[in-house]
Amino acid sequence: MLEVRGISLRFGRVQAIGNVSFDIRRGEIRSIIGPNGAGKTSMLNCINGFYQPQEGTISYLGKTRRAMRPHEAARRGIARTFQNVALFKGMSTLDNIMTGRMMKMRSNLLAQALYWGPNQREEIEHRKRCEAIIDFLEIQAIRKTPVGRLPYGLQKRVELARALAMEPTLLLLDEPMAGMNVEEKEDMCRFILDANEQLGTTIALIEHDMGVVMDLSDRVVVLDHGEKLADGTPAEVSADQGVIDAYLGVAH
Amino acid sequence: MAVPTEGDAAAPDPERVPGRAAALAMLDTAPKLLLHHEKERPDAPSWREKDYGIWQSFSFAEVAEQVRAMAHGLAAAGFQRGDRLAIVGDNRPRLYWSMIAAQALGGVAVPLYQDSVAEELAYVIGHAGARFVFAEDQEQVDKVLGLRQDLPELSRVFYDDPRGLLDYDEPILSSYEALCERGREHAASAAGFLEAEIEKGKGEDTSVLLYTSGTTGRPKGVMLSFDNILVTAQNAAELDGLGRDEEVLAYLPMAWVGDHIFSYGQSLTTGFCVSCPESGDTVLTDLRELGPTYFFAPPRIFEGLLTTVTVRMQDASPIKQRLYAHFMGVARKLGVKRLAGERLRLFERLHYGLGELLIYGPLKNVLGLSRVRLAYTAGEAIGPDLFTFYRAIGINLKQLYGQTEGSVFVTIQPDGEVFADTVGKPAPGVELEVDDSGEVRYRGPGVFQRYYKQPEETSETLSEDGWVRTGDAGFFDERGHLRIIDRAKDVGRFADGELFAPKYIENKLKFFPNIAEAVAFGDGRDSCRVLISMDLEALGSWAERNAVAFASFQELSQNPRVYGIIARHIEEVNRDLSQEPKLSHSQITRFAMLPKALDADDGELTRTRKLRRNVIAERYAPLIEALYSEAGSCHIATELTFEDGRKGQLEADVHIADCKSFEHRQPEENARAGTA
Repeated sequence: MLEVRGISLRFGRVQAIGNVSFDIRRGEIRSIIGPNGAGKTSMLNCINGFYQPQEGTISYLGKTRRAMRPHEAARRGIARTFQNVALFKGMSTLDNIMTGRMMKMRSNLLAQALYWGPNQREEIEHRKRCEAIIDFLEIQAIRKTPVGRLPYGLQKRVELARALAMEPTLLLLDEPMAGMNVEEKEDMCRFILDANEQLGTTIALIEHDMGVVMDLSDRVVVLDHGEKLADGTPAEVSADQGVIDAYLGVAH
Repeated sequence: MAVPTEGDAAAPDPERVPGRAAALAMLDTAPKLLLHHEKERPDAPSWREKDYGIWQSFSFAEVAEQVRAMAHGLAAAGFQRGDRLAIVGDNRPRLYWSMIAAQALGGVAVPLYQDSVAEELAYVIGHAGARFVFAEDQEQVDKVLGLRQDLPELSRVFYDDPRGLLDYDEPILSSYEALCERGREHAASAAGFLEAEIEKGKGEDTSVLLYTSGTTGRPKGVMLSFDNILVTAQNAAELDGLGRDEEVLAYLPMAWVGDHIFSYGQSLTTGFCVSCPESGDTVLTDLRELGPTYFFAPPRIFEGLLTTVTVRMQDASPIKQRLYAHFMGVARKLGVKRLAGERLRLFERLHYGLGELLIYGPLKNVLGLSRVRLAYTAGEAIGPDLFTFYRAIGINLKQLYGQTEGSVFVTIQPDGEVFADTVGKPAPGVELEVDDSGEVRYRGPGVFQRYYKQPEETSETLSEDGWVRTGDAGFFDERGHLRIIDRAKDVGRFADGELFAPKYIENKLKFFPNIAEAVAFGDGRDSCRVLISMDLEALGSWAERNAVAFASFQELSQNPRVYGIIARHIEEVNRDLSQEPKLSHSQITRFAMLPKALDADDGELTRTRKLRRNVIAERYAPLIEALYSEAGSCHIATELTFEDGRKGQLEADVHIADCKSFEHRQPEENARAGTA
């Protein structure tokens, strides 16, 4: 579904990513792992058009190009969450999720301001979709709570909800479990799997918790210093000597 | 804020029409009642559920249609008269409807506690011999399917919420939709079958099998008939004037007899609409949106609400705090009198009215209790302060005393005779007495048939002529009200023969918001000593305000300043106890704070949050020994269970502190009598 071919990204003289290629197949959970500064987040930023790589091409849904503008990526069904929660803190959970449906809203600003008429029907339709996601992620109890008042684990879940509200084809998750306790992590794993299985969303995931990565992923790509170190199933990757040396470490 | 709900609030009240009682006598089963309501007012709302953020209503006609489909579906799946249908899940309309469906076929509903662990479920399903299970969702289905090897009789499992279950390849599993679909086919081929089955039902048939949570040993299955449930429900509804326009929120476990009476029995007899919350976490929000007029909650819920209010008031601005303090004082003085029906003077009325405008009204609104006409509490003793608080702000909160074995209502506080320290007078039709050993016994329309498959336990509790032993020790006071002091078997003696009523002491302690649970020891010992489990919410908020840093329950519980706070609470209890001649000896001499909260998952509490004394005594044996020694601290190790069933080990050094006790202050008459 998505293929990255020979991507290189430089910031001035700093080489963030050097000639990396991999692909993401429809319906899979694909993990990107690697030590800090390996270029994982940069890679996601390239995929959703936030960064423009100097070399290489990205094909997505049959179209090949060097770079996509972020709004274009969003329109074509790529949604993402961020390593540091990026929600509207003063708005309620529901309103935050509603912003995820912005791309899908048809009526213009004036019509929305007036509310009545066709826009009302549209709003009800969007609200229905949001409610389905609230139900899906079991966050009914915080529907009306301002996001800033929520604990971190729940904020992460709201962010996932907003991304899912876009009904994405490809969902990019940047460390969805960072800073969570075991119970929150287990919930999040459950939701990622459910989104993958029941909504059919293809997922690309950056995560440091190896237990999570090895359990969830269909395939894993390992980056180190901006280069691809290994690519394969969790079993293959965790047996790869290069990966063990660079990242996983050895059992003492 | 209460959402206006559709309904027939303005309609005349045919309930009070004479002759209705006679008509009801013909409608002696739940399915017959449902069909009666369907015929009388097909479009009136019968059930409501919040789903996708909206209250969705189901009219009597819709409910009856679903029940018919489900009943036919069950019949097609081989459900026979007398078969048991086990029901497990949160309060969901379909789960309630499945009870009516099973009863329509002459079956027995067996609602189970939804948070039971798998083995508990297996025991009850196996003991009840249920061949059919209706489960709410994947979680419950997984529990049931995981136990299949222990349940050879299990033949079908139905589920309500299909989420995550679509890939299950289990021949015995089918969805609610599939069940109803099959039922509609069956209905088409077997016209008149269901009507005949419903007609066969009689009032004395067993309608429901409720497993008591069991403070000791295995749970017992209490068999209740339609007559038990419906007559008791109707009697209580008439006593307190409940009509068809009540709003009720069903949020307590379906397996609990209270919910079965309030949300099922009374809604069927009076025809009021019952609403189900969106999820367990949203109950408070849903309560507020719905604005129930009739509300039941165990004391801990009222306590939780008050704790939230108190904690939030402490964070409010000084002006608000002062207003609150002033008007709560006024309410304590005048509100209680007002509810008791006493006349207030004009100035008093104005003062209270201002309070209503500024404090009580908004407060009740936030709590979702603005429209409450009648609130009951039972299950545990309620603190006098707590009880007075709700009555003071104008909520007609009453205590009742009940048991599963008596279909809830044994005593109720009549209007105008509500006291914090009694549980009231016998409910309609109930005879009540205290036997020679001090144990309370009763007889009445709600008395259960027997314990299922446990004849010995039945004959122990239920006498030939219908008297039920409650196992509670109590007495009648001068007003003719019943007072309960403790479980009869828990009342013990100190080494010197003085009376020791642990629960009485524990309840006094638990009335402090900082104390979640207390366990008193003293039977056969020289003095009373207690273990305290703190309330994390209340003390956590205290810690925040006083800049006390803590990382865990364990750490906060061992904080010396926390010990100081608790010691002051105990001192107050001791002062109270010192004034009661029979209980002065029960003053607490030493205590320790438990490093973890007592939890039902660890077997320390029952599912209804009652203490399991033997488990606690066994698990904390070294700590209890240390309590009765001179030691200043004790090292303990205990097991704890996480929500998902994994076990962990907890080790802690627990401090033990002494507390101040008081000389028994002889009441004056006694002193005089002594000298004479």
